[in-house]
Amino acid sequence: MMNYFPDEVLEHVFDSIASHKDRNSVSLVCKSWYRIERYSRRRVFIGNCYSISPERLIARFPGLKSLTLKGKPHFADFNLVPYDWGGFVYPWIKALAESGIGLEELRLKRMVVSDESLELLSKSFANFKSLVLVSCEGFSADGLAAVAANCRFLRELDLQENEVDDHRGHWLSCFPESCTSLVSLNFACLKGEVNLGALERLVSRSPNLKSLRLNRLVPLDTLQKLLMRAPQLVDLGIGSYVHDPSSEASNKLKHAIQRCKSIVSLSGFLEVAPRCMSAIYPICGNLTTLNLSYAPGLHGNKLTKLIQHCRKLQRLWILDRIGDKGLGVVASTCKELQELRVFPSDPFGAGNDAVTEEGLVLVSAGCPKLNSLLYFCQQMTNAALITVARNCPNFIRFRLCILDPVKPDPVTNQPLDEGFGAIVQSCKRLKRLSLSGLLTDQVFLYIGMYAEQLEMLSIAFAADSDKGMLYVLNGCKKLRKLEIRDCPFGNSALLEDVGKYETMRSLWMSSCEVTLGGCKTVAEKMPSLNVEIINESDQTEFNLDEGQKVDKMYLYRTLVGHRKDAPESVWIL
Amino acid sequence: MEGGLVLLGGGSSGVSTNESAVLSKVEVVSEAESELELGLGLSLGGGGGGATGKTKAANSSWGECGRILTAKDFPSVVSQRSNNGGPFSGTKRAAESVSHESGSPSVVGWPPIRSYRMNSLVNQAKAQRGDEGDSGVVEKDKPKDALKKKLNSNGKQTTVNEKGHLGFVKVNIDGIPIGRKVDLNAHSSYESLAQALEDMFLRSANSLEKEPLALSKLLDGSSEFVLTYEDKEGDWMLVGDVPWRMFVSSVRRLRIMRTSEANGLAPRFNESNERQKSKPI
Repeated sequence: MMNYFPDEVLEHVFDSIASHKDRNSVSLVCKSWYRIERYSRRRVFIGNCYSISPERLIARFPGLKSLTLKGKPHFADFNLVPYDWGGFVYPWIKALAESGIGLEELRLKRMVVSDESLELLSKSFANFKSLVLVSCEGFSADGLAAVAANCRFLRELDLQENEVDDHRGHWLSCFPESCTSLVSLNFACLKGEVNLGALERLVSRSPNLKSLRLNRLVPLDTLQKLLMRAPQLVDLGIGSYVHDPSSEASNKLKHAIQRCKSIVSLSGFLEVAPRCMSAIYPICGNLTTLNLSYAPGLHGNKLTKLIQHCRKLQRLWILDRIGDKGLGVVASTCKELQELRVFPSDPFGAGNDAVTEEGLVLVSAGCPKLNSLLYFCQQMTNAALITVARNCPNFIRFRLCILDPVKPDPVTNQPLDEGFGAIVQSCKRLKRLSLSGLLTDQVFLYIGMYAEQLEMLSIAFAADSDKGMLYVLNGCKKLRKLEIRDCPFGNSALLEDVGKYETMRSLWMSSCEVTLGGCKTVAEKMPSLNVEIINESDQTEFNLDEGQKVDKMYLYRTLVGHRKDAPESVWIL
Repeated sequence: MEGGLVLLGGGSSGVSTNESAVLSKVEVVSEAESELELGLGLSLGGGGGGATGKTKAANSSWGECGRILTAKDFPSVVSQRSNNGGPFSGTKRAAESVSHESGSPSVVGWPPIRSYRMNSLVNQAKAQRGDEGDSGVVEKDKPKDALKKKLNSNGKQTTVNEKGHLGFVKVNIDGIPIGRKVDLNAHSSYESLAQALEDMFLRSANSLEKEPLALSKLLDGSSEFVLTYEDKEGDWMLVGDVPWRMFVSSVRRLRIMRTSEANGLAPRFNESNERQKSKPI
């Protein structure tokens, strides 16, 4: 029947299909749908930049406007991947530039972005609007200057947790006077100064500015001026927040903040004096997102008092300084809470301020809408996890990190198998899970049995045997990403069902029991996979003995075979 | 990890030389306890699921090998250490004391915190120290000072701002003329620092000493060495008496001294003194 509709109608229908997954499905229905879908596709998400080439992307989606790319494997965030492993964005930008595609948005995660790339980007796409860089590296303020200077219609420059070499602060002055289109500006991760006058003028001439996140070196009086010029802000990241509550400056600031009635998201406080927080109270009642995870200066009563004003909070990122009692305050105040992340303030230290299972139980009891958790804690018990599972059956993401990675339940001395088992059994919509603590094969049996929607699983220092990994591979049909470190999984688990890896985006195994021979076997049997061995020790020791255990293996499905940009420390089988 | 460690049992991390193997906090056990696995040694969960070969919950002596002593060791602190030998007591805080003891960054990539966040924590701790150590200096230093990039063992760059407060102090150990430097910013407790110094000095395969440095494995933590520091006033003090932050703001350099020279400090040294070769003061 659909054959009788002209293409434009189908296109119109497809326009309303936003999700990548759905669009991918649509394109598989028949040839004409494939054709129509590909011409009308505007946004593409590529979870692994080495799974496809820019040329093929461009060939298939000539109407592309927005591209999201992810590069390095997740464990690169924790220094487990050599810095030169790969994930370079330059070839993508070059290919897109040469193709005439009208790129408007580029979102990158864990990629290497050079100043040269940014410069090329800024000069190649007349309508470029949005650049979002998360956990990237390789660029300096010079690259940012090029983007500021050349992207005439820039709406969004969002830099999140990047390592930027920004010794020269002039980039912000490079926004021309004619640039009035900014909607979002986030430079909180930059460590250098910016020209404050230029910043004030920029904000003044950006009436659409909704999101502004400052770095640590923007002083208080500038903050006050910016707020006066942008009372329409929806999302604010404060850099430095130190003032004397009795001072004139403080009063002015308070007044400026109160005018910002639209702020629903607050973050930063990279430098903070707790006694000044009362100036923030007037806007706390509207907040739905609060990120204090970079503010170790806030703790104790001042912190809990602040939280008590935030009754509408849906997302809270905080340091473990809040303590179990503080989490109790969260539980009794933030009834709308959906996402909680508790980061360690002192990852290797004594943990006196830290949180334990008690805090989590309190939050689970008080916040029934909780569906996303990242929780670094000193310890966890099975009883607590079972309670949490009962209180919050809606978890989509559950990531628990016990700072001592093999710690058992301190009350019973048992592994945490039962606790995590309860979580997967109760949370039928669980998509992402990270485990820690003392764990045996049993927990993986539970995961394989119950975690039907699981897409991403992170395992460290767990299991007793290959059975653990096999339970997961056999049971979790929707598994896309599996990352394992320091587990006793060897070749027989790896080789049991190599076809499975083609249904997944990637598999990471480090410090496990797989050998070179096992990895080679996977590579031989599955030409559609790239099997990479990362070996960072002295190259001359890298012998070719098949029985040698592989330190780090990363395999991923790809349509374009071996990549050509791997460094010496990476061997593609 | 380099020499000086005896790795026994079916090491789960294989024979790789990569430091990401969980080896830096390993327990050196005698040949007799040959089936002990390379455990993390961070926490000795007793029971656990150790039916098969992988016994992470190793229950051996809590191998404090060649520990450098700090003030904490001088009054009797047996209670803290004795917890670790067997199963945990039921109280929550007992568990905490174990991690307190271990408290050092011994596993690459753990805890899994994005390196950007880790670096921020370090820099923020430094800034706070700066506020305490210097009267009234608010951390608004201009970043025109050179940015120093440190490559950690995986080559990932860590940017550290060199402002007024450098984290690095010199460390010398008796018997070795060449000193080292240690970054105090990388630590947030005495335990962490002591562990790092032990790793640096007492496990080096390049020891210039004629005699092997004694690796003591005793539960009571006596050791051949004691850690001292020179403070701002030029006095040599025993490490560990004052709160960590106060120590960091007043320390100029460190010296790992032979216990035999640190006479009169504590009675518990009698055991190790008997074992050591006596040295003239």
